[in-house]
Amino acid sequence: MFLGIKACGMPGTYIPSNYLPILIILIVATLVGLTPLILGVLVRPKRPYSIKLSPYESGNPPVGDTRYKFSVKFYIIAMLFMVFDVEAVFLYPWAVAYDKLGLYGFIEMMLFIFILLIGYIYAWEKGALEWE
Amino acid sequence: MMDISIIVGTIVKIAIVVTITMLHVAYAVYFERKVIGHMQARLGPMRVGPHGLLQPIADFVKLFFKEDIVPSNADKPIFLIAPVISVVAALASLAVIPLWETFAIANINIGILYILALSSVGAYGIILAGWSSNSKYSFLGALRSSAQVISYEIAMGLSLVGVMMLAGSANLVDIVNAQSKYPFILIQPVAFFVFLMAAIAETNRAPFDLPEAETELVAGYFTEYSGIRFGLFFIAEYAGMFIMSAIAVICFFGGWKGPHFWILSHVPNIVWFLLKVYALIFFYYWIRATLPRYRYDQLMSLGWKLFIPLTLANIFVTGLVKLLY
Amino acid sequence: MTTLQIFFIYFAVMTTLSSILVITRKNAVHSVIWMLVLFVHIAAIYLFLNAELLAAIQIIVYAGAILVLYLFVIMLLNLREEDTKKKFLSQWPLGLITGVVFIMFFILILGKITVFPTPGKYSVEFIKSEGIMMTIGKVLYTEYLLPFEVVSLILLVAIIGAVVLAKKKIS
Repeated sequence: MFLGIKACGMPGTYIPSNYLPILIILIVATLVGLTPLILGVLVRPKRPYSIKLSPYESGNPPVGDTRYKFSVKFYIIAMLFMVFDVEAVFLYPWAVAYDKLGLYGFIEMMLFIFILLIGYIYAWEKGALEWE
Repeated sequence: MMDISIIVGTIVKIAIVVTITMLHVAYAVYFERKVIGHMQARLGPMRVGPHGLLQPIADFVKLFFKEDIVPSNADKPIFLIAPVISVVAALASLAVIPLWETFAIANINIGILYILALSSVGAYGIILAGWSSNSKYSFLGALRSSAQVISYEIAMGLSLVGVMMLAGSANLVDIVNAQSKYPFILIQPVAFFVFLMAAIAETNRAPFDLPEAETELVAGYFTEYSGIRFGLFFIAEYAGMFIMSAIAVICFFGGWKGPHFWILSHVPNIVWFLLKVYALIFFYYWIRATLPRYRYDQLMSLGWKLFIPLTLANIFVTGLVKLLY
Repeated sequence: MTTLQIFFIYFAVMTTLSSILVITRKNAVHSVIWMLVLFVHIAAIYLFLNAELLAAIQIIVYAGAILVLYLFVIMLLNLREEDTKKKFLSQWPLGLITGVVFIMFFILILGKITVFPTPGKYSVEFIKSEGIMMTIGKVLYTEYLLPFEVVSLILLVAIIGAVVLAKKKIS
């Protein structure tokens, strides 16, 4: 019973006990990251002044705004990455179940890849993969 | 109720693995300096202890006691958590790596996907570090690095598809057990080559160390980091190298398995595993000492125009061969 | 209350809290970080539903690809000046009232619903025995073949769209 819902498949009835070690290692890893930072406060010096704190620009005083606009190329790469990442995600369960799928599975995945290859070749032709 | 003894056992396992990894990180740095030193006809570190053996400890003490400088105008909270994200992503990946058949902290069915997921989270450490530092070098380094990491992530994921097809599983223990007759390197050499290159690019190592090209961008995304925070990025990089090498060994070189003849069959599994991992790590150093750095446009087109089609072709051929036999 | 429920409630509360933080942060990059926290906790909730593949995909696709794209766009737009502005919207009390009414409404409805899922073929034990990736692979590429192939067309449209949009910007 949770908020009056009666269901047997609701969250909170299945125990993902395989994943408990992963929760623990995430906590341990965070501690490994944070402990030296926190303990270090006690021992390390802290003598800041404005020149020390200014960002490094080969010894010159910093000029202009740092977060200036950058090439749209990076944005295209991120977009294409997203599409191919989704494609790769579809390949993983297919690869695992490949033995059970046989010829049928082979043909359908090749069709899937082929359709995406059209997009890939299009992006290549249009110079989206070019980096000048 | 979960069994307390299982939890305690898990914590002990995690403590062992994390401690070994930290020691590995310390001495991998030393080993790298020595190896590259000798390759370039130098001696490498020699001053601290015999043959410089205590150098990593001295380095750690120095980093720990150094002032922690947060640049003015930096986005403070993000500047603080960025290295922690990198370390967490690197160390948490250790959870699924089986050192031998019965020793994996978490034996889960989606082992490979877990590694890929964490390596994509690791990219945040880089982007956020560069963005929050409010320094041009950091920002450019982070941009380059994140574009590089995401580009090679696809090649890496696709190169492992062939392995999953052969093993019929994404569980790392199952993958090793599927290689009891022969290691997958013999039938997946292309996938291994792409995986290795992608792993080098993912961990920002030479010759793909564009983000931290020290002659152009000072230290790339961690230019503004000092003291122990800088050390955390170092830990993440070297732990990442260890994990990528371990995955390569598990997926292509039969993991903890060794040859079954003569006296060699009595060598413990863990020795085989570490031997293979360190051979690969040596290869990383070798490449760094040998090859010049790639240009950024070459690096990106290598990832997009060569590795992705290569891995797709590899999947096609693997599928076809599996159908015929 | 069992240990299990404590874990579940933690993840549920964190999901809600971090999603509230996502929409209330003024600094867009801080929002992205909270969104990352949100995705990790949603992935954990998928684990409680015995959907480990979905949990991994949640991180790989949403946190690893889509959120990185957001981050790139935010950095591309350079939203620094927006930080100094006081508030984006002045109608937030109205939004809050609507939200609360909706939540009440949902609680009211949820109390009335009784779900009797007839246990199908894919029980927890069945999935445990052959692994979730195998099960999903066998179902997705046979029974749901058409939707799967349609996905490739959608992705094709996405590639072409991205290239066309970006090409306009370059020239």
